Parts: sequence; C-alpha cells; structure tokens
Amino acid sequence: MAFLVELVSPERILFEGDAVMVVARTTGGDIAFLPGHVPYLGALEISKLRIMQEVDGGPRFETAVAVHGGFVEVSGEGVKILSDIAELGTDVDVVRARTAMEAAEAALRTDPENVEAKKALQRAEVRLDAAGANA
Amino acid sequence: MAGGQERILKRRISSVRSTKKITRAMELIAGSRIVKAQAAVKGALPYSELITKVVADLAAGGGSINSPILKPRERVKRSAHIVITADRGLCGAYNSSVVRAAEGSILEDEEIGAEYALILVGRKAEGYFRYRDFRIDNAFTGFSDQPSYEDARAIGQLVSERFINEEYDKVELIYTRFISAGKQEVVRRPLLPLEREVISGGDGKPGDESSNSATASYEFESSPEALLADILPKYIEARIFAALLNAGASEHAARQRAMKAATDNAEELIKELSRVMNRARQDAITTEIMEIVGGAEALSSSDADADEDSAARAIAFERDYLEHQGAGPDN
Repeated sequence: MAFLVELVSPERILFEGDAVMVVARTTGGDIAFLPGHVPYLGALEISKLRIMQEVDGGPRFETAVAVHGGFVEVSGEGVKILSDIAELGTDVDVVRARTAMEAAEAALRTDPENVEAKKALQRAEVRLDAAGANA
Repeated sequence: MAGGQERILKRRISSVRSTKKITRAMELIAGSRIVKAQAAVKGALPYSELITKVVADLAAGGGSINSPILKPRERVKRSAHIVITADRGLCGAYNSSVVRAAEGSILEDEEIGAEYALILVGRKAEGYFRYRDFRIDNAFTGFSDQPSYEDARAIGQLVSERFINEEYDKVELIYTRFISAGKQEVVRRPLLPLEREVISGGDGKPGDESSNSATASYEFESSPEALLADILPKYIEARIFAALLNAGASEHAARQRAMKAATDNAEELIKELSRVMNRARQDAITTEIMEIVGGAEALSSSDADADEDSAARAIAFERDYLEHQGAGPDN
C-alpha cells in the first residue's frame, strides 16, 4: 500500500512519488502519515520531514527534506506538502549551512535573546540534519 | 561632389547594419528567456493551486471570515496599486500600457474620493511616476526579468501589514498576464481584501467550486482560524509571485517582438539605402564619363582653333612679306 506524496515550493515541485509513510513535525508535535489517514490539515514547524518509500517489500528508502514552515494536507488523493522554503537533503549545501550555523551561534553568544539568530540556528540545524551531516 | 553623397550613404548603411546586429542579438536573447520564464510560470502553478485549495478547505471547514484580510472595508479611503513593469525598455508598448492602466485606475479612485498609493515594481514604472511627481510608497527594482519568491514575499509582507493596519483599504495588482508567446494582456486584479470569488484560480481566475465539496471531515492541527491566519499571507505572496512571473514572461515576449520588428526594419532600411547608394554611385560614374568626354571634346576643338589661328597668322605673314617684296622692286 502506498500513497502519492507531493512536495511543492513556490518555484517548483520538489518531490513527487509514491511513499509508504511520511513523518512530519507540526505545531502539535510529530505525526506520521500512513496510507488511509483521515483528511488532515496542519502547519509545519521548521523541521526535518521524512518520506519513506518502499519497492515491493524491499528495503525502505528515506528522503529527508528540510522544511522551513509550511503546511501539510492529507486527503484521499494523498499527502501534499507546501512549503515556501524547502530543500531536499541531497540539495543542501553543507558548507554553507555550517557557516550559517556558526554565524548564528556567534550572534547568540553576544545576544542570547536574538530571535532572528535563534531561527537561523534552527534552520541551519534542520538543514544539516536533513543532509545527514552531523550538526 | 557626387562621391560625397555615396560616402555619407555608406556610413549610414554600416551604422544601420551594426544596430541590426544588436537588435538581432536582443531578439535571440529574449527568445531564449521566454522559454525559461514560461517554465517558471508553469513551475509555480502546483504551489498556487495547492495553496488555493487549502485556503478553500480551511474556509469551508470553519475557518471563520473574521480575518481582517477577508473583510471588505465599508469606505475605501486609501487604495493601493501594485504596478508591475520592466526594469528596462526596448520592449515595445509593454511598459507604457501597464503604466496607462495604472493611471486609469488611479483616476477611478479619485472619482470615488479615495487617495491612491503606489507600490511600483520595475525601474520603468518608478521613472514614469517619479518624473510626474506622484506619491510613491515603495519601489522595488532589479528583478523584473527573473523574479524570485523572496521578491514576492517582500512585497506581500509589506502590503498585508499595511492592509491590516488599515493604511490601505484596498490593494490591486496591475500587471501583464502571459497567455501565450503571441498574446499578453494588461490586467487589473483585486488582491486585498480577499473575496470569496478571489479565493480560487492562481491569478484570480474563477476556479471550479465542485472540488471543495467534501471538506467538512478535515482534522485540523490547531484551529482552522489560526491556520487560516498563517496561510493567508502566504496565499497573498503566491498571488504576487504568480503576477511577477507572468509579467516577467510577458516582458521577454514583448521585447522579442519589438526587437524582431526593429531587426526587420533595419533590414528594410539597409536595402533601401543600398539602392540609393548604388544609384548615387552610378550617377557619379555617369557624370564622370560625361566630364571626360566633354573635356576631350573641348580639348580637340580647341586644338582645331589653334591651327586656324596659326594658319591665319601664316597667311598674314606671307601677305606682308609679299607686299614688302613687291614694294622693293617697284621702287
């Protein structure tokens, strides 16, 4: 049993294909979608989204995506994720993400209340996580 | 004299020829960019369709219409126009028709007693309105031919914020819609407040309502109201992004057309000038031949004159001589 997963950003479709499970983090916490999930609509956190694919009982193949906010909609047609900033794990520029993380950490050391820097740090961590690099 | 005419024409032809090279290059560049811009317009469709569907589902699923973004104002005191033009010219009537539509829209507002506000995209709109001393709230430039979502976000955040703060009571988009490579049209689309009819179709076209029927059974994470409040600004950004992409593709199409016309005209002009130049050259040659012939003739006839003279002189001399001779022996 599989269902259609579509991940779209304003510029293009980032991912489109059949999957057996999608794990996301919404404002209410982590949630996994399996085939036949009830219609659902929720807002995504800045987090790593995981799409599990399976080829006829073979090994599972996971696609990690860094989503910086967005929405997930589950309907009879499948799971649709829309995010205005999203990046496939394989597309993440690890060097840049690491630089961004260091810059954000440095900013936080001087001003621990800097909201922008906190967000930037979170984004960089999520991107590194999705890329499979150790944060 | 006649050769000077020819030289001037030759210089003009070579200048037209190099202009033609430039316009041809611009035509080709615009042509290749249309394809890319068209792909960008298409690439943005899934997102705008999906976000439209989600907004419709939320609205149908009890996301109440309390959001200020959805509420029409009783009295429109200040009406904002987002005018999208190009950064560069040389694209025919593309910029001027958008600007003209914007001016018409401002006049309409003034008739109902509303103030106008201008948010301009593209250097051309900025130049036009600044020169005519219009009040410009914001101008965004430098991305008209390749807009990114970040640009749309900046504009979207600005107008949403001002609309919610009641600085604006109405926001309208004025841009060129890309229908096909051969057809684009200037459109005026209401953006804020969002109306029920507007919540459909990526760039304000009415969509089909039937797809929103089975919506009551959705399970919402956090309330539909909260979700709607989150998603509406993004919806507005997506609308603006679609408009920017449409305008960008239209710009390239308009530029390609204008440059093709310019290239054709240059070709025509070169042909015409070459004809005139050839005639001038022939005229010059003919004149020269005439001069030579005339000169030769004049020369030979003057030789004949000279002979007659000397002959006359010889006769006179002989007569004098004979007279002297005759006088001698007579005496």
